[in-house]
Amino acid sequence: MNRPLPKCLAVMAAAAALGGVAGCGSTSGESATTNATASDCTPGKLQTKAPGELTVATDKPAYPPYFENNDPTNGKGFESATAYAIADQLGYARADVTWVVEPFNSSYAPGPKDFDFDVNQISITPPRQQHVDFSAPYYTANQAVVAAKGSSAASAKSLADLKEATIGVQIGTTSLDAVNSEIEPSTQPKVFNDSNDVVTALKEGQVDAVVVDLPTALYLTATQVPDATIVGQFSAPGGDQWGALLAKGSPLTACVSKAVEDLRSSGELQKIENRWMSQAADAPTLQ
Amino acid sequence: MTASEATLGRRAAREAAKRRRARRGQAVAAVSSVVVIGGLVALVLTSPGWPNVRDTFFSWSAFKDSFPDVLSAFWLDIKMFCVIEVAVLIVGLVIALVRTSRVAALFPVRLLAAVFVDVFRGVPVILLVYLVGFGIPALELSGLPSDPIVLGGIALTLSYSAYVAEVYRSGIASIHRGQRDAALAIGLTEGQALRHVILPQAVRRVGPPLLNDFIALQKDVALVSILGVVEAFRQAQIISSSTFNYTALMGAALLYLCVTIPLARILDRWGLEGSTRS
Repeated sequence: MNRPLPKCLAVMAAAAALGGVAGCGSTSGESATTNATASDCTPGKLQTKAPGELTVATDKPAYPPYFENNDPTNGKGFESATAYAIADQLGYARADVTWVVEPFNSSYAPGPKDFDFDVNQISITPPRQQHVDFSAPYYTANQAVVAAKGSSAASAKSLADLKEATIGVQIGTTSLDAVNSEIEPSTQPKVFNDSNDVVTALKEGQVDAVVVDLPTALYLTATQVPDATIVGQFSAPGGDQWGALLAKGSPLTACVSKAVEDLRSSGELQKIENRWMSQAADAPTLQ
Repeated sequence: MTASEATLGRRAAREAAKRRRARRGQAVAAVSSVVVIGGLVALVLTSPGWPNVRDTFFSWSAFKDSFPDVLSAFWLDIKMFCVIEVAVLIVGLVIALVRTSRVAALFPVRLLAAVFVDVFRGVPVILLVYLVGFGIPALELSGLPSDPIVLGGIALTLSYSAYVAEVYRSGIASIHRGQRDAALAIGLTEGQALRHVILPQAVRRVGPPLLNDFIALQKDVALVSILGVVEAFRQAQIISSSTFNYTALMGAALLYLCVTIPLARILDRWGLEGSTRS
């Protein structure tokens, strides 16, 4: 970490080996390709932060259903389980995985990262890809509208019915873009720091409805705000795919992507999703 | 050569020497500025991470894309600042007057005022905004405001009134007791003495520290963003988190500076006038 130049050279060498971008601090839009051969992706060859270990990051608190009991190390919850599955694909035993806390807001700061990859329900978008690498997506999230039972927003049958509602969202999520482009509310949406504040605002009636990722909505209505109901789901513009976040030009991107793809084709990823994410199919779709 | 010519010559020589010294001083200042500032700039520009920092913090295209949105959100900051400022000036003055009054019957009010100052000055502003913003609506009492802009404004007013009350109080305490005695001696009542003699002098004296608090308030208005209000800082944060580019935040910083720097210059001037007058 204190030797920026050798690290930089290592990144360049790795990027060149992968046929990707070669240049220190380069911010070209290209991301590393996923055509790494399996031999590149073994613990002996991977240039992780700590040799022989895989350092994985997420925010704190870590929310269900992505993590359980605010403890990413227990392997419970969708993203914890996915991270361990990726580690397993790369040849790291559970004991070789180290978790660190990385707030979302600093995960994309320039400079050396404290993690090999970060799993934090981060949506893959082209502007973001100019500053960080993303693995292949491991989940595609729909957006869900949650409102207090019996409220006028709760009886909405279409996105147009929600135009007059005051809507709350969490900052840094694609939910805000989804609200602005799909619902186009007449009142500017309120944007909160974290999902706890979004929930509080809903409970206290400061907002009529909140828009969150569907798995979050299922969790909220099941446990945190039983008085609220899922009005319906809709897909974010362009689809909302989540990927593991890596440093721009990370030598690991191709390997993590390959691990995700392998998990998908083996059906393992679907199994993890079925295990930790509630079935979302019964939430009505809003047009 | 007459005596007066000699005096003139000496004076001219003295003037010339003074000018030389001044020129040399300017030259030294210029060279040292270039060396120090240039050195710092060179250090930043040649750092290994600079290209990254330039692209994520100082991207012209990201600035152009984000600045109009941030600017229109900044209008809300200005409006909130103006309203809160007036409220703070009034509430702060009332508390200061209560605290400085010596009427025995007002003791409980004095006590409350002292507690008010201790509590609201002692709690971090961000915590106060959070507690008021999410706590008051939780009471579910009808008639209480639920608009986060109003709630955030109340929290900031509580905090800054506590500071400003102490500034006023120090101003009032700085007016010599003789002023009050003289006012009473010419037949003014306690109230009239306060209104026409003590307060005008006290407020004039604490102008600079009051303005100093305004500058702090102008920046702290951004804290209301934690209640979901989309003002300049929050708008910039939204853009930066959706593009992973911090340039929008630099745009917001620039806007705050556009207000605080002129205020600071007014403050400097005011301080200067005060020191030359008295």
